[in-house]
Amino acid sequence: MARAPGRALLVLLAALALLAARPAAAQELIADLSHHVIEIASDFTGTELLVFGAMEGEGDIVAVVRGPRAEVTVRKKARIFGIWMNAQAARFSSVPGFYGIAATRAPDEIAVIETRRLLEMGTDSLRLDPEPGLDEATAAEFRAALVASRQAEGLFPTHAGRVDMVAGRLFRARIPFPAALPTGRYVADVYLMRDGQAVAAQSLPLTVAKAGLGAAIFDFAHRQGPLYGLLAVAGAVVAGFAANALFGRRR
Amino acid sequence: MFQIYLPIAEMSVDIFLLLGMGGMVGFLSGLFGVGGGFLMTPLLIFIGVPPPVAVGSEVNQVVAASVSGFMAHWRRRQVDFKMGAVLLAGGMAGSAFGVWLFGILRQIGQIDLVISISYVVMLGAIGVLMLVEAARAILRRHTGQGARRKAHTHHWGHGLPFKMRFRTSRLYISALLPVALGFLGGLLAAIMGVGGGFMMVPAMIYLLGMPVGVVIGTSLFQITFVTATATFLHATGTQTVDVLLAGLLTLGAVIGAQLGTRVGAELRGEELRGLLALVVLGVAATLLWRLVAQPASLFTLAVTGAP
Repeated sequence: MARAPGRALLVLLAALALLAARPAAAQELIADLSHHVIEIASDFTGTELLVFGAMEGEGDIVAVVRGPRAEVTVRKKARIFGIWMNAQAARFSSVPGFYGIAATRAPDEIAVIETRRLLEMGTDSLRLDPEPGLDEATAAEFRAALVASRQAEGLFPTHAGRVDMVAGRLFRARIPFPAALPTGRYVADVYLMRDGQAVAAQSLPLTVAKAGLGAAIFDFAHRQGPLYGLLAVAGAVVAGFAANALFGRRR
Repeated sequence: MFQIYLPIAEMSVDIFLLLGMGGMVGFLSGLFGVGGGFLMTPLLIFIGVPPPVAVGSEVNQVVAASVSGFMAHWRRRQVDFKMGAVLLAGGMAGSAFGVWLFGILRQIGQIDLVISISYVVMLGAIGVLMLVEAARAILRRHTGQGARRKAHTHHWGHGLPFKMRFRTSRLYISALLPVALGFLGGLLAAIMGVGGGFMMVPAMIYLLGMPVGVVIGTSLFQITFVTATATFLHATGTQTVDVLLAGLLTLGAVIGAQLGTRVGAELRGEELRGLLALVVLGVAATLLWRLVAQPASLFTLAVTGAP
């Protein structure tokens, strides 16, 4: 945190550079990210993504970061014969593994719900695609549980973060990433909102990948299961022999 | 402090916690001559390792522990290889069935429950039996009565077909019995991540009528190959084997077992056995409590596929 002021200055300079470099017939919005690749090594404890840029004219800035989408099953426990067990389940077929948002104002002050849903502005506006045939009350209950669970892990925000404006033209926002960040292709979308509509937008890719020994082991285990299994057994047998050779003969 | 990231469990754990757990369970197994799987898997679950990964990795560690034990018995020629092979035939089928069942239970979201219930039942039974046994031994010592046991009894099992001769064990019995016993052992290995010696050894003595001298070596022979099969099948079918976790536990267990064997050679207390029984019952009670207590959240999430 001691480096934060220096870093903020750097970001401002970068934003100014972006602004200076833009062509004469300019876009109204230019944005970039502090990282385009995030590597998760064994000591990864979370990080922060900086979204920064410059805008022209009036309006609000909304930054939305979405991780790779996957099907998620939400299960609800019930007490059966005195034991708590999974009794009910609902599938959501398109859940982002990570979702982060920052805005200059509360999203519901910036746009109406239809627009927010279209742009997925806020956890209440996410399209999670519940399985067909699920009744509305159940879908709402399981959806709320899904969002709450992801919020507890830091993968969804409890509220939109702040977008700071500098001199009315430069902006910057911090999106916090937790330790348990899923890997894959992310997209950060930055919108310039005016009168409830997105008048300019920029889409910035971001890759989150595991790095180091852990990543190598994980990939190997999932791509080459049989070989990984043989090596796991071989390793254990060698360890057993070694233990026996080291200590066994003394007895 | 010294966090290490476990790639399959997908969590960071203190490296010394794992070494310490391996050492402690290894110490107990050296002290009492029991395999450690039935204590290690619940301990891994308690520190937050997902139950399926705890099982897959622990069964990997049991391979190392049983190879080492099997070698020692082999050198003393205390292994009935023919009996071991027949047990193993059942064991391989049992572990294949177990891994298949494991996959299905995981798909329907009930694997954690089945692992926990299996442990509560098994640890509860073992704990009570051990406690009774220790109490009896203590009583016997105080009253000075000697224990007597019938050498060999004939029961219903001797009427079954497919009789086979086992020279090392001096037995002529139906092959169906050891095959069925092996199958059960393989099932336990795949679902619970244990070698199953606690069940195999008494069953081989009382059900099959094997001489006590070759029972442990033979069960270790079959456990080595059954846990190796289960490890391979879990790695292939369920991706729950964390080699880093298994390796660290093995390292701790090897050292702990050496200490345990040395201490065990000097202490021969039934009181100690009673203490182990209490530890086992404590673990069972904790697992049971986690099943019956109202969970903090009723909901759990699982990523079940690509969109």
